[in-house]
Amino acid sequence: MIAEIGHYALVLALGLALIQGSVPVVGARLRDRALMDVADISALAQFAFVAISFAALTALYVSSDFSVLNVFENSHSAKPLIYKLTGVWGNHEGSMLLWVLILSIFGAFVAMFGSNLPETLRANVLAVQSWIAAAFYLFILFTSNPFARLPQAPAEGRDLNPILQDIGLAVHPPLLYLGYVGFSISFSFAVAALIEGRIDAAWARWVRPWTLAAWMFLTLGIAMGSYWAYYELGWGGWWFWDPVENASLMPWIAGTALLHSAVVMEKRDALKVWTVLLSILTFSLSLLGTFLVRSGVLTSVHTFASDPTRGVFILAILVVFIGGALALYAWRAPLLKRGGIFAPVSREGALVLNNLLLTTALATVFVGTLYPLALEALTGDKISVGAPFFNATFGPLMVPLLLAVPFGPLLAWKRGDLLGAAQRLMVAFGGGLVAIAVTFAVVRGGPVLAPFAIGLAAYVMIGALVDLAERAQLLRLPLTTSLRRMRGLPRSAFGTALAHFGLGVCLLGIVGESSYNAEQIVAMKPGQSVTLRDYNVTFDGLVSRPGPNYRELVARFVVRRNGDIIGTLEPSKRSFAARGMATSEAALLTRGFSQIYISLGDPGADSTISVRLYHKPLVLLIWIGSVIMVLGGALSLSDRRLRVGAPKPAKKAALQAAE
Amino acid sequence: MTRKQRRLVLIGTGLGVLALAAVLVLSALRDSIVFFNSPTDVVEKQVKPGTRIRLGGLVQPGSLDRKDLNARFEVTDGKTAIQVSYTGILPDLFREGQGVIAEGTLIDGKAFRADSVLAKHDETYMPKEVADALKKQGHWKEDYEAKGGATAQKP
Repeated sequence: MIAEIGHYALVLALGLALIQGSVPVVGARLRDRALMDVADISALAQFAFVAISFAALTALYVSSDFSVLNVFENSHSAKPLIYKLTGVWGNHEGSMLLWVLILSIFGAFVAMFGSNLPETLRANVLAVQSWIAAAFYLFILFTSNPFARLPQAPAEGRDLNPILQDIGLAVHPPLLYLGYVGFSISFSFAVAALIEGRIDAAWARWVRPWTLAAWMFLTLGIAMGSYWAYYELGWGGWWFWDPVENASLMPWIAGTALLHSAVVMEKRDALKVWTVLLSILTFSLSLLGTFLVRSGVLTSVHTFASDPTRGVFILAILVVFIGGALALYAWRAPLLKRGGIFAPVSREGALVLNNLLLTTALATVFVGTLYPLALEALTGDKISVGAPFFNATFGPLMVPLLLAVPFGPLLAWKRGDLLGAAQRLMVAFGGGLVAIAVTFAVVRGGPVLAPFAIGLAAYVMIGALVDLAERAQLLRLPLTTSLRRMRGLPRSAFGTALAHFGLGVCLLGIVGESSYNAEQIVAMKPGQSVTLRDYNVTFDGLVSRPGPNYRELVARFVVRRNGDIIGTLEPSKRSFAARGMATSEAALLTRGFSQIYISLGDPGADSTISVRLYHKPLVLLIWIGSVIMVLGGALSLSDRRLRVGAPKPAKKAALQAAE
Repeated sequence: MTRKQRRLVLIGTGLGVLALAAVLVLSALRDSIVFFNSPTDVVEKQVKPGTRIRLGGLVQPGSLDRKDLNARFEVTDGKTAIQVSYTGILPDLFREGQGVIAEGTLIDGKAFRADSVLAKHDETYMPKEVADALKKQGHWKEDYEAKGGATAQKP
């Protein structure tokens, strides 16, 4: 009964989506308020029905109703409750249901908080949202119905893939989807603006908070996914340039570019045509990511059992939405009026450079990700494009971008002073040089370029702070005056500085981990010890322990430094009876921002076990930096300017002068 | 600067960055891609020793010889088998009779030195490349499909 309610609710949501996709557009055309208001009500109702559907599937998982195919294949009665809940989206059908749930949440948010939008724009935005929703409801109902019943209910389920039985599944997919799907809002705004053929700075001001929120979620989602892979897969790697990871990185890069170009549009009324294109591209890349991961063209931990009809269906959605939006763009974009002009050296110019480098880097990731697929389709040759390709293309393009980051906020709008900015960045240059010298002097080994990369990270971090210090005229005015000025700065200024600072922190972590990682792979007997950098690791022995739905073989290691015990580590091998599958659980010991990482291989005769040990310097900074970026985004989002919504054009000049 | 000059600067920078990216991409594509081959491909295409490839197939049952960290096993597509040696920790899902992809260099037509070995994250699937290679050799069995699970069993 519950399954049928869930299924029926989804059908109703589809019906509503079809109405919401057509009636408000007509209403906007005829300026009929009653017709336009349909959008608000139906967006809320759609959310309610999808939520019912999602709740139904959750209930089926919690009650372990194995008469439902999806539950049978991905759950087990002995599975801990948390994984019964997260297992709802630990499979293809359920994760698509989560996708549309989040889509409907965003739709409902626009309906609830979009009261300051012009009516026609809101009606059109909600209609476009609804087209996307309708396409995905159809996809779920026709190819991936999570509520399909089995003719006879089996007594026990086949359990969730043990790799997914981790708290990471509770965090990573919802955050990532909030990001992916969140970009649908900027897409809908862009398409709605094209339909209306009118766009202004106020448009950018409405779009920016949504884009920023989606970007924050996507950043967190990618970072959490990376940390999950790091501790769960047991290889000690946090980014593999796997096509599936690239699928999430591409919308992130495009979204980052969009955030920056929307600033230009909001402040200077320029780059309109480009910003609209980026909005379309960003969500298109989210759709592409969904296609790559969900269609089964790639196999990875993210690809659940899949059949080819799904791939064709998603591909069709992709073609219709991306093709349609780009066609509309080609047709209507010339109607958009061009705005303010600026010199190449100016804040706008810096943001254009940011966009140029980001989109070019995006293109290299795109080529590296899709080239193998294209080549296989054309010639049948199977190739893999891995980390060496991306390090050789993406890396070099990031260097000029990182060098330019601290300059951007220091340049004035319209016409900037490059030399002046460089002078003000002297502290940052100096800090970078000191960092290079110190690294050369203190750290042995590692690639020759690594100290320079560390210097670059230090430069980016200090540069971010210089911007704040300059705005407050620190050291030039008395301290109290400076602090008062500091307090008077808009929150978005702190947001920018914090996000750029986080970027530097993240870079520092990436360089530290990838250049100075120490690794040992050894077979150890109990009592034996190995030396890893300054640490001495002794293998104590093996114990077997039962878990809720697995048995685990735990190896105990004692870590010493200069003879003092600083911790014990207990990595394990778990074997799950339901699937006859084993997983390795790595153990981590955190020291400052660095970690000691141990994961197990197979046990051999007489308690010998093969062990992977790593010392990963500064590795935590990768994720801490990402979180700092997100906090920067949050500060920006809380800025009064975005909260109060778009001002009337007359007020614009006054606001700008105030900054 | 006139509007036209400004636009020229913009377009010039854009083209410069794009050209740089194109050079990077083309040179990286030449140097850092790795071809996938089945054991039969290795023999038929006469892949040169020392070439870096991905070798995929099934682990020949009974061929795994493991001593501490050194493992030797055969990768087969049913027609040809190649001896693979590897030092390190094999993935959790590495098993005889299962699909596997080994990346490394070819020593000669019969032996391969792997520096990484990939099995899949889920016991029910076969790596897609491996499945295709097996199909080509006519050794694809329905029970792989049944293991492939979900879709074959839909009511």
